[in-house]
Amino acid sequence: MGMSGAGEEHGVAIALRGVVKRFGALTAVAGLDLEVPSGICLGLLGPNGAGKSTTMRMLTSQTIPTEGAIEVLGYQLPESSKQARAEMGVVPQLDNLDVELTCRQILTVFARLYRVPKGDRAAAVRRALEIANLVDRADTRVDLLSGGMRRRLLIARGLVHRPRLVLLDEPTVGLDPQVRQELWSLIDNLRSEGTTVLMSTHYIEEAERLADTVAVMSRGRIVTQGRPAELVLEHAGREAHEVYGSPARLAELREQAAREGWVTRRSGPALAILHAERHNGGLPDGERRAATLEDAFVTLTGEEIE
Amino acid sequence: MSVAAPPRPKRRRRMRRIEPTALLGVMSRDATIFTRYWKTTTFSSVVDPTIYLLAFGFGFGALVSSVNGLDYKEYIGTGIVATAVLFSSAFPAMYGTFIKYRFQRTYDAFLAAPVDVDEIATSEILWIGLRAGVYGNAPLLVAIAFGLSPKWTALLVPIVCFVTGAGFAAFGVAIAAIAGSIDNFNYVQSGLLTPLFLIAGTFFPIDGLPDAIQAIAQVNPLYHCVQLVRDLVVMGIDPLPDLGHLAFLIAFGVAMWRLAIWRLRVRLID
Repeated sequence: MGMSGAGEEHGVAIALRGVVKRFGALTAVAGLDLEVPSGICLGLLGPNGAGKSTTMRMLTSQTIPTEGAIEVLGYQLPESSKQARAEMGVVPQLDNLDVELTCRQILTVFARLYRVPKGDRAAAVRRALEIANLVDRADTRVDLLSGGMRRRLLIARGLVHRPRLVLLDEPTVGLDPQVRQELWSLIDNLRSEGTTVLMSTHYIEEAERLADTVAVMSRGRIVTQGRPAELVLEHAGREAHEVYGSPARLAELREQAAREGWVTRRSGPALAILHAERHNGGLPDGERRAATLEDAFVTLTGEEIE
Repeated sequence: MSVAAPPRPKRRRRMRRIEPTALLGVMSRDATIFTRYWKTTTFSSVVDPTIYLLAFGFGFGALVSSVNGLDYKEYIGTGIVATAVLFSSAFPAMYGTFIKYRFQRTYDAFLAAPVDVDEIATSEILWIGLRAGVYGNAPLLVAIAFGLSPKWTALLVPIVCFVTGAGFAAFGVAIAAIAGSIDNFNYVQSGLLTPLFLIAGTFFPIDGLPDAIQAIAQVNPLYHCVQLVRDLVVMGIDPLPDLGHLAFLIAFGVAMWRLAIWRLRVRLID
């Protein structure tokens, strides 16, 4: 594995401090502070347009921050980005596989790019094919693979050199539920091997299922960070109280909530009153349910979930 | 959220700006894909000059028996080496680079691995230069089959083809990076490459052309390539002018290489 950067000794795989990225008049990332400890899976959860992909691209220096400092595996970016990239694996959101090559050919090219020594390359490729469950398809051209297989190959490509850190940008976006389950167990295995994972996602379920720590991102900033259960407790409480009714009734209820200082969110056809366990009586008729990460997320970002 | 500033890292081997492993890795990708195309590429790079030789050699050859003291078939057989180099370098570089960054996002995949823009541009240029160094010789081999007998210095022609081809490959990479759309290639092709191709002394000597056009020919890399190849194959080396031609081709290549890296970085890194 070679020597590690000093950041690793301090248990910090990624550190961003005061990072700003502006594209002309648009500010995509607006003062981001984030630390990813070694050995955990951190889920960067935020709605579309929150700045997650820009953040991911800054970690590989494909986007250069306008302000702020970034350190990955102890290397300062962008100056030492290439060293950092040699020790991490990246799985992009958009499929950028070479469609004319076979799985084995792609993995071989990347094993070389990741500086896997010549004598170890064939074994590294075989191992990556096994991880992605593509051994039977090793010599199949990419344009003949299914969407799920391509996505697994994309992950295998980022793991061919056994990186200590893996960046996953929206790993299951646009995939059907069965393929998503497959990828989740693949990511689970990575985490259980002690690989540090930074995963961006706009799926709450995905963050809840995979992440040890969730950082909620909104409008280019981290608004909160913690274990999923802590975030739920802090921002939505233990229970939510859902009240159903006509739109007029719900509007009336929302006004009442504002007067009384209740925290609410729209929840499908209902209005959910969060931190319901704090209210002993005094709430209109409704149904109690456990508070979820979605409740916390909506409260924090102001984004409604369709 | 406060983040403690970690101390500066102990560096392991510092990676260089341009690393041979990265170049070989990117080129191995191109070479792997090329194993699927070499037949069609080889076919067209042999058949094209054959047709030129037949059409011009026998067509024009009937009107003009010799040019500057050379048999017309010798004149044209050496001249179209530069044409073959141009067609196997500038065009693949333009289209290939554009498709790779715009449609296939291949370069994004490389940049997420330990590969920098300098290395991507350099690899593409070297790979296409190498191909041009091989395929540029095809017209010569065809001309030899038609009876041209070369001097031993003709063995240096692949080097000239490589240098010229790498320069035009770099030009193509730069154009692809600058062009926002593939349609803009038409401006370059018709406005620049076709005129350069015609005033290179390939089919007719440039001495008879107006002074202004002769002056343009002096800065046309294809003209220098044609002169050098013709000297190496049939005329014999004329040291001073030939070193001048070679120096011009190398300078063109280096200038285009820097331009390609600069423009590709502007295109790929934001």
